[in-house]
Amino acid sequence: MMKQVIAVAAVVVLTSASAPAQEVKVGVNLPYTGIGAEFAQLVDHGMELYLKLNADKVKPYKITLIRRDVKDPSGANAKIAVQELLTQDNVDVLAGWIYSPNAIASAPIVTAGKKLAVIMNAGTAHITNLSPYYVRTSFSMWHAGYAMGEAAARLLNGRTAVVGYTDFPPGKDSLAAFKRSFEAHGGKVVDEIPMGGAGAVPDFTPFFQRAKEKKPDVFFVFVPAGDHAGAVVKTYAALGMREAGIKLIGPGDITQDTKLQAMGPAAVGLITMHHYHADLDIPENKRFVAAWKKEYGATSTPDFMAVGGYDGMAAIVHVVQTLKGKIEADKALEALKGWTFNSPRGPIMIDPVTRDIVMNEYLSEAVMKDGRVFQKVIGKIDGVKDACKEQKIGPCAPK
Amino acid sequence: MIFGVDVASMLLGGVAAGMVLFIVSVGLSVTMGLMGFVNLAHGGFAMLGGYAIVLAMKHGGLGFAPALAFGFLAVAAVSALLERVLYARLYGADELDQVLFTIGLVFVMTASVTLLVGPENQPLVLPSILQGQIDLGITRYRTYSVVLIATGIAIAAGLWVAFERTRMGAQIRAAVDNRRMAESLGINIRRLFTITFAFGSGLAALGGGLGAEFLGLDPQYALKYLVYFLIVVAVGGLGRVTGVFCAALLIGVLDFALKKYVPQGGTLFIYALTILLLLWRPQGLFGGKAI
Repeated sequence: MMKQVIAVAAVVVLTSASAPAQEVKVGVNLPYTGIGAEFAQLVDHGMELYLKLNADKVKPYKITLIRRDVKDPSGANAKIAVQELLTQDNVDVLAGWIYSPNAIASAPIVTAGKKLAVIMNAGTAHITNLSPYYVRTSFSMWHAGYAMGEAAARLLNGRTAVVGYTDFPPGKDSLAAFKRSFEAHGGKVVDEIPMGGAGAVPDFTPFFQRAKEKKPDVFFVFVPAGDHAGAVVKTYAALGMREAGIKLIGPGDITQDTKLQAMGPAAVGLITMHHYHADLDIPENKRFVAAWKKEYGATSTPDFMAVGGYDGMAAIVHVVQTLKGKIEADKALEALKGWTFNSPRGPIMIDPVTRDIVMNEYLSEAVMKDGRVFQKVIGKIDGVKDACKEQKIGPCAPK
Repeated sequence: MIFGVDVASMLLGGVAAGMVLFIVSVGLSVTMGLMGFVNLAHGGFAMLGGYAIVLAMKHGGLGFAPALAFGFLAVAAVSALLERVLYARLYGADELDQVLFTIGLVFVMTASVTLLVGPENQPLVLPSILQGQIDLGITRYRTYSVVLIATGIAIAAGLWVAFERTRMGAQIRAAVDNRRMAESLGINIRRLFTITFAFGSGLAALGGGLGAEFLGLDPQYALKYLVYFLIVVAVGGLGRVTGVFCAALLIGVLDFALKKYVPQGGTLFIYALTILLLLWRPQGLFGGKAI
């Protein structure tokens, strides 16, 4: 009897002691090891930087990140990680997802777990339809792909295009987005070339040779961020496609900030459509890039993945403040619908209907400036929504 | 004429890819034929060579050609050491033991380069003279591919002479065909093994460096391309330089053509073709004796 009284008293003391600084646990799933390790680091640094720069906005709550390594894009490991975060760590919010296959595989678990889940990178358009708890602070492939289709036809005067894409969900998405918009604006896609899977960088020579022989005005290439882009730019130059009058265009994955300088002068002339690059002349971005370099080193640079993590953490902090530290999924979703934020990429909003991001898209051209490759903005479209869900295409149509 | 140019560029691209396969695989064919050793870590030596070459250029300030020589020598030395210390213990062992050992070695190599150099791709920057295009009369093509084809032919010719016309080559051929008889004639098989193994690994290292422009260079290299190297050896036959040469060109051109004209098929066709071919001729297209 005495023992029970002591035990109860101990529990009371412990709970009241932990009450003041209320802790919110964020379960982060990212590929911390393996080929995606550098991406995981970018997103992780983005989240950390937001928390560091906005410590006053987090108070009086305490945000704890619980990290799980998902290793690869297979889907299976991510599913296990999300399940463990929910059942073992009892997290209040889920976050992360670099790869689309991982977000697709995790969706049923997220739905069953009933927790807010913030996608910080994975870009396949229909993912946000797979679970009502998904909110995306990164992008959809259709943001850049669809906008680029129109820009290629109207601004770059492209009549014919060849599309080369890495053969996995975001690649097919990017192809569909570009093609639909390019052809709606009078262009014609004359060839579609699947260029191997996402796991390894292939030799692009046979694929690019094929594209060159079709003599298109523009060659739209989607490859996953990371090492693919360097090989793309190299092969494009080596096969003399620029001299043949073929413009290489794509979403910003082919000019990822972290890879751009290594490409050197070969990257000059690349034209991309994207929502972010580190050269954007926006006051918020200047502050962000300066803070990043101060924190992670002068040679380090943020990129669109880092911004996905940064804005995602801003969304989570907004939810924590609105709900006063007690996170219930349905209320969290309500708090985020229509949420606006002044991001390094410009103003952003969470679409109240689709839970996907609304943001500006920038058309940029790579030029040499002060001895480095610089992305010069040559066009801008405000308030772009995910066209796939907007037009209810294929799997993007609500069930 | 357009069609002619089309085919010419396809052949050039395919033959260049085939040359890389040949330079890497020939050592594997000879060591498998000579020692009867299933060395799945052969691609790992190509990878180590590639890293040695890229790092020597990046941090050591070496030019492309001296770096290639450095890669060859460094990997030949490391592999000779491994052969003496580790491989030699498993010469009489089951094939399964050999496979387990060499696959384990691949994992060690992969983990080592990840730890020491990092998980990302290492770009090899070619000297500017090898970049760009060259005019071949009928068509313009990338200079490096043409140089690679010439290099491959030179290496193949050199190997053929060494194999068919020198005393050492005769010893290797004798040992491949009948090891016991060769040994009883006084050929020092142990020494022959070490030299051949080191030379084959050195060639693989050369292939790793020469091919980095096309195949890239990352810690997954050793496993990623192992299947291609094994296909070349299986089709070309064991211990046959000319067989491996023809097989590498065939696989290189076929793979290139299929990727170019039927990209939807991915890598499926090349595997399907290999299965059919080995069902028809288990000893390989150019092999003399059954594996």
